Amino acid sequence: MITAEQKPLNEILDYISPYDRIILVGCNECVTVCAAGGRKEVGLLASALHLNFLKHGRTVEIKEITLERQCDPEYAEELVSEIDRTDAILSMACGCGVQTIAARYNEKPVFPAVNTKFMGASVSQGIWEEKCQGCGDCLLGITGGICPVARCSKHLLNGPCGGTSKGMCEIAPDVDCAWCLIWERLKALGMEKRYEEIMEAKDFRAAGGGGPRRIIRKDLSL
Amino acid sequence: MKIFEPEIVAFCCHYCAYTAADMAGSKRISYPANVKIIRVPCTGKVDAIHIMKAFEKGADGVYVAGCLQGDCHFKNGNTRAKYRVEQVQIILGDLGWEKQRVAMINMSAGMGERFARTALEFTQTIKQLGPSPIKITHTDINQQAIRF
Amino acid sequence: MKTESKLEKVLASGALAVTSEVGPPRGAIPERVRQKANLIKDHVDAINVTDNQTAMVRMSSWAAGVIIKQMGLDPILQMVTRDRNRLAMQSDIIGAYSLGINTMMCLSGDHAKFGDHPMAKGVFDLDSIQLVQTVQKMRDKGKFQGGADIDTPPKMFIGAAANPFADPFELRVMRLAKKVKAGADFIQTQCIFNLDKFEKYMEMVCDRGLDKKVHLLAGITPMKSAGMARYMKNKVPGMDVPDEIIKRMAGVSKEKQPEEGIKIAIESIERLKQVKGVHGFHIMAIEWEEKVPQIVEKAGLFPRPAL
Repeated sequence: MITAEQKPLNEILDYISPYDRIILVGCNECVTVCAAGGRKEVGLLASALHLNFLKHGRTVEIKEITLERQCDPEYAEELVSEIDRTDAILSMACGCGVQTIAARYNEKPVFPAVNTKFMGASVSQGIWEEKCQGCGDCLLGITGGICPVARCSKHLLNGPCGGTSKGMCEIAPDVDCAWCLIWERLKALGMEKRYEEIMEAKDFRAAGGGGPRRIIRKDLSL
Repeated sequence: MKIFEPEIVAFCCHYCAYTAADMAGSKRISYPANVKIIRVPCTGKVDAIHIMKAFEKGADGVYVAGCLQGDCHFKNGNTRAKYRVEQVQIILGDLGWEKQRVAMINMSAGMGERFARTALEFTQTIKQLGPSPIKITHTDINQQAIRF
Repeated sequence: MKTESKLEKVLASGALAVTSEVGPPRGAIPERVRQKANLIKDHVDAINVTDNQTAMVRMSSWAAGVIIKQMGLDPILQMVTRDRNRLAMQSDIIGAYSLGINTMMCLSGDHAKFGDHPMAKGVFDLDSIQLVQTVQKMRDKGKFQGGADIDTPPKMFIGAAANPFADPFELRVMRLAKKVKAGADFIQTQCIFNLDKFEKYMEMVCDRGLDKKVHLLAGITPMKSAGMARYMKNKVPGMDVPDEIIKRMAGVSKEKQPEEGIKIAIESIERLKQVKGVHGFHIMAIEWEEKVPQIVEKAGLFPRPAL
């Protein structure tokens, strides 16, 4: 999923303080699962904003709406009935959701309330770790199911570097060395030989080096 | 000058703090009338939003009273409550409010006196802090503040 | 001969090669480069010029390398993939070669986290092995990494690093094999303090016949104090300092410790000279360059062959 974390309250307040009527929009997808911008977090942020404005003697109208999927124009439509009665939109979705809303409601300012972090997975409740960088040319099939692009601090394709210590990365003692994990997994799979094949320099066009990426599915597009 | 009488909301676990409050009553131990008790089946049921809403509606202080550490009827509801209280403390801190306006307190069902003492101490703490920042500019917030 | 490199000639002659290093200054102070190079110039065959070592900004390695070249000495251009993408690295290789530098080291580099710009974006467009491949392709095929022909390709003698002590140990020889396969001509190792483990490593290297394919220069670092030994053991990632070394350093008075450190370095060289596959020494005297001549002389590696 795409993970996110709420922005510092001060930054959010700076964005929205000029406005009296705000729609606070959550998203039911990734940011709900990582507890950054789902219905619950929308409620909590709205409450915090209320408390702040009340302290300054202001009443600001905050409409709480959580869309099924903010990155889908179809669901962005659901704000139509409210849009004329609002001065600004505060989105708790990832950057994709914020931009979808901004593109749809051109005439209203749209602000992000979260920092979009990374594509990750939950390792245990309340902990998410980066697992994928969307490089566009998946290597997991030859690296034992562990991604060196996302999980090696130096993105080495022919690791590990000389800084690994007891299976941990040199940057921090609580970060796994991706290449130690890869090696252990290759051993478990009886694929040690694969390690000695040199992985050639990556073509970063697939990773976004060729400009913004796009997928077109003729069978699906209208 | 009018004496400030804070409004305090106490979320009390049915298995401990609420029973302790009962016991305080039956033992005729008095505690401040400022404390409004909300009975919950477990403090684990108290979410950050409930505490926040109490403040929005004008509470000057909120505390969550759950079982002693390790004694939760539902294993770890009181631990979860503790983290949620901390979460609200962070939010209040970000807003420039005093973090002491929200607290987590642990007690057992037999601690009627502790219940009364805690209620008194928390009320005194809030009295020292003064009214909720909301009230500084809003005298009658219950009517106008919250518009959904 | 693949190149004009003096290091290649020394190694080809069968003599034990000696290299050392100069860290460029953190400012526009060319004299500093000359001073440091002058301290070691008669006692080494070539001088490594580090590239933003420990991720701190310094005079660029090729510029400092050119200063050393102008002194009539032989710099080894270190290049880390952390700071530049493949375009920048290849253009720097052509530039350095055009200014007379013919030997280089391909490294990935310390993570930016450890340096003075932890907020910098690490590039890592290539890793060290891919850089070795790139330099070899430029030299032997006359092609850029992207495939286009080079008009007059740079002929670099290609080095890479090896750390025999990092985890997992079983992978270390395989990784060396990968670097050799990619095209490394010589290897400089991380500082060696655990000689037993290193000898075991070298046995494995020779078992695979890698000693026939690559020249391995053993890394030697003299310790200044027991404190430094402890620091290297505990704080430097991938470093293996046995307790006996620390004990030995701590066993002499503080004033005698530098001398003891140099003694250990010399003894290490004497012992490693006997190890099959060791073709020379890379002496990393960290901020202690003035001691290099003494170590080289006492270890019987002086005078250097005149070629």
